[in-house]
Amino acid sequence: MEKNTAPLLEMRNIKKDFFGNQVLEDINFTLEAGEVLGLVGENGAGKSTLMKILFGMDVIRETGGYSGDVLLNGEKVNFSTPFDALEAGIGMVHQEFSLIPGFTATENILLNREPQKKNVLSEVFGQRLNTLDYKEMDKCAAAAIDKMGVQIDADMRISDMPVGHKQFTEIARELSKDQLKLLILDEPTAVLTEKEAEALLDSIRGMSRQGISVIFITHRLHEILSVCDKVVIMRDGHVVEDMPASETDVERITKAMVGRKVDVSVKQDVRDHSGAKTIMSIRKLWVDMPGEIVRNVNLDVKEGEILGIGGLAGQGKLGIPNGVMGLYEAGGTVEFDGKPIPLNNPRNCLDEQLAFVSEDRRGVGLLLDETLEWNVAFPAMQIQNKFLKNLLGGLVKWRDEKAIREVTDRYIEELKIKCTSSKQKAKELSGGNQQKVCLAKAFALEPKFLFVSEPTRGIDVGAKALVLEALKKFNRESGVTVVMISSELEELRSTCDRIAIVSGGRIAGILPATESSEAFGALMVSQVK
Amino acid sequence: MEKKNEKGMLRRAVDSYGIPRLIITGFLMSMFVLAPFAGVDLWTQFTNVINRFSWNAVLVLAMVPMIHSGCGLNMGLPLAIISGLLGATLSIELGFTGPMSFFMAMLLATPFAILLGAAYGWLLNRIKGGEMMVATYVGFSAVSFMCMMWMLLPYKSPTMVWGFAGKGLRTTISLEGFYDKALANFLTIDLNRFGINLVIPTGSLLFFAFLAFLVWAFLHTKTGTAMTAVGSNPAFAKAAGINIDKTRMLSVILSTWLGAVGILIYEQGFGFVQLYMAPFNMALPAVAAILIGGASVNKASITNVIIGTFLYQGLVTMTPTVMNSMIHMDMSEVIRVIVSNGMIVYALTRKTEGGK
Repeated sequence: MEKNTAPLLEMRNIKKDFFGNQVLEDINFTLEAGEVLGLVGENGAGKSTLMKILFGMDVIRETGGYSGDVLLNGEKVNFSTPFDALEAGIGMVHQEFSLIPGFTATENILLNREPQKKNVLSEVFGQRLNTLDYKEMDKCAAAAIDKMGVQIDADMRISDMPVGHKQFTEIARELSKDQLKLLILDEPTAVLTEKEAEALLDSIRGMSRQGISVIFITHRLHEILSVCDKVVIMRDGHVVEDMPASETDVERITKAMVGRKVDVSVKQDVRDHSGAKTIMSIRKLWVDMPGEIVRNVNLDVKEGEILGIGGLAGQGKLGIPNGVMGLYEAGGTVEFDGKPIPLNNPRNCLDEQLAFVSEDRRGVGLLLDETLEWNVAFPAMQIQNKFLKNLLGGLVKWRDEKAIREVTDRYIEELKIKCTSSKQKAKELSGGNQQKVCLAKAFALEPKFLFVSEPTRGIDVGAKALVLEALKKFNRESGVTVVMISSELEELRSTCDRIAIVSGGRIAGILPATESSEAFGALMVSQVK
Repeated sequence: MEKKNEKGMLRRAVDSYGIPRLIITGFLMSMFVLAPFAGVDLWTQFTNVINRFSWNAVLVLAMVPMIHSGCGLNMGLPLAIISGLLGATLSIELGFTGPMSFFMAMLLATPFAILLGAAYGWLLNRIKGGEMMVATYVGFSAVSFMCMMWMLLPYKSPTMVWGFAGKGLRTTISLEGFYDKALANFLTIDLNRFGINLVIPTGSLLFFAFLAFLVWAFLHTKTGTAMTAVGSNPAFAKAAGINIDKTRMLSVILSTWLGAVGILIYEQGFGFVQLYMAPFNMALPAVAAILIGGASVNKASITNVIIGTFLYQGLVTMTPTVMNSMIHMDMSEVIRVIVSNGMIVYALTRKTEGGK
């Protein structure tokens, strides 16, 4: 009763279960007008479910509703559809884009809310035949973009836009709604480059100044610290911490999120392999991978090292493994262990005992509809004839279910994959565990050389540490050369021995992992086009 | 608490079987229950259902390899049937009789199935994503083309050609003396001497079981595993070094061969070879059967084949007969058309969700 004005949003004792499986318990927090709230938690901590409740998504009602109260300006609300939530001034930007590719930014921003003009036909047949007032629309869109504080071309078609601008268009759409009081951003920076993310953070600050509250969900903790007023940390369906952002730091948040201490510091055991033999030498490699074109890469990889490849998005770092492994059209010469490898043929690389963990986990990395057993054993079975029994004198190569189960169980234990059994389908696992399955698949091949592309993309801090640790262990114990491609420099620095930075489709330079971040940063932008 | 658990188990059981399939099964059961009251002899109906099952099961089985490799439902089944028909007519033309003619028909159909299957597979590899639509028209055009060829091909056997002209094949050719009931008569169980009007075509069922076992076994081999993976996620398979086009083509050839054998089995049970437009209407019932059995566009098992064929053929056989006797009007053909096409429409609408 100390405060006269009720907070903009208050959540009181929110509880939710899915068929007896408690996913949220006793969620309490408040949000004042103009405040930015950072919501963090591991995958599956209940962040998305909570936001779905707030936004009145159908799935909540269909699964039996929730208990507890959501208060908006001190009044109890219960949205039965997202439209009610929109009406009440809540906007949400989802992880997946909901934009019409063939329309311009302006048209998308104002879709179904366009200012209209009357014309002859609409006078007769009603307002459904009104013409759109394009002049007014341009004005509204410009105002919304202005509010956001980031420059995007309002006349550009969505399909021609880089990912970051699509994200900004979505945000502008929410901002163009006059009644907007609270904006929910669900991992908006996941797809942005660092520069774009910075711009987004700026625009969040701007919104907050204009009195719009923001709930900001992200895995990037430093963003939380730089932009949020308060941080709410969730773990296993509970709010474990709720405090002002100024009183905490990355380490504390991480600890609260995973309930254990995670080491994110740069490791010190960088090894020097300059004396080792060159196991792979890449000369004049070009790769035609859309969005990640490689122009001219020369690179020597030493036996037994972990080589990191970093660089900004779109500069070609992902093209290198995809080109060498034959998944995208490529040219140039690649020598492995003294022998040239023909490009554009995945089979040849695999026969030479090269393995690749793709950055496209769900697209290339996994058989989503099949069991973990299949996912882990399949490449090794097809390429190296492992896990097969020869029947009728080798005429029939029969799948050895027992061997497959054994190897899968081994990796489930070794990599701590959370699953109900080795028969569970890959699509039912969380992102981090799916990534571990991808690693297990590559490990089962017992390769001499392993490409790992974006191994920690979209997975939470806890899983990240486990994945990186597993990679390191694999390298140390089996002596396998690992080339790891990642957008996150800190992650490369904590795992790799040397780091090559790709810029403009070329290698801008190779530095030992102990070098300062500034030195890497300078290389990243050296040849950006 | 205990009650809740029980409920949970029941729910899971229902979910895994699928509510639509449950309804169809229930409806079929109710037909069997109603039959005696409507004055229909239950055993005769039972014999009919089992017979029709034995005729059609292999045609449904022919869907499985293509579904596994991601080529979708084999709408081009008429092409496979044409390979079978070529085998059948050639075997008769060459003068084989009795069960031997069945074996020879299978043997002679094989090269056609491989050849046509390879061409069909080559085509399907070019139009990935639109397989089912294109396959439908491949089937239709093949049927039309063969309508001309049946007239023009120089068949001479008097049992097959038009009586007056002495050339051109007849629309329906009786298999008496050739392979009529060649399989069905093997180890037949006939309970008529005990006063029960039940005949089980053991040989046909055994032959289906044998082929089903072969398909099941194939899917457990290295190549079969690769085929399933190609259907499940082609990008994954490619990254594991699988030649996707080759695997898909192999699946199409397998499906085509099974389809060819399937029509021969159908003929031996039915007693006639049907040419010209007959293959036209064979694809949809087979497709409907496997979908009702719980298969989806890229997942199918032998169980789906068995359950689906039984449910589909059971309904198509039982419903008109029982209805007919109940309302005392000769509506059987109308009802049969409504039921069978209704089932097809229903089955196609639920093509995304796979069951066990």
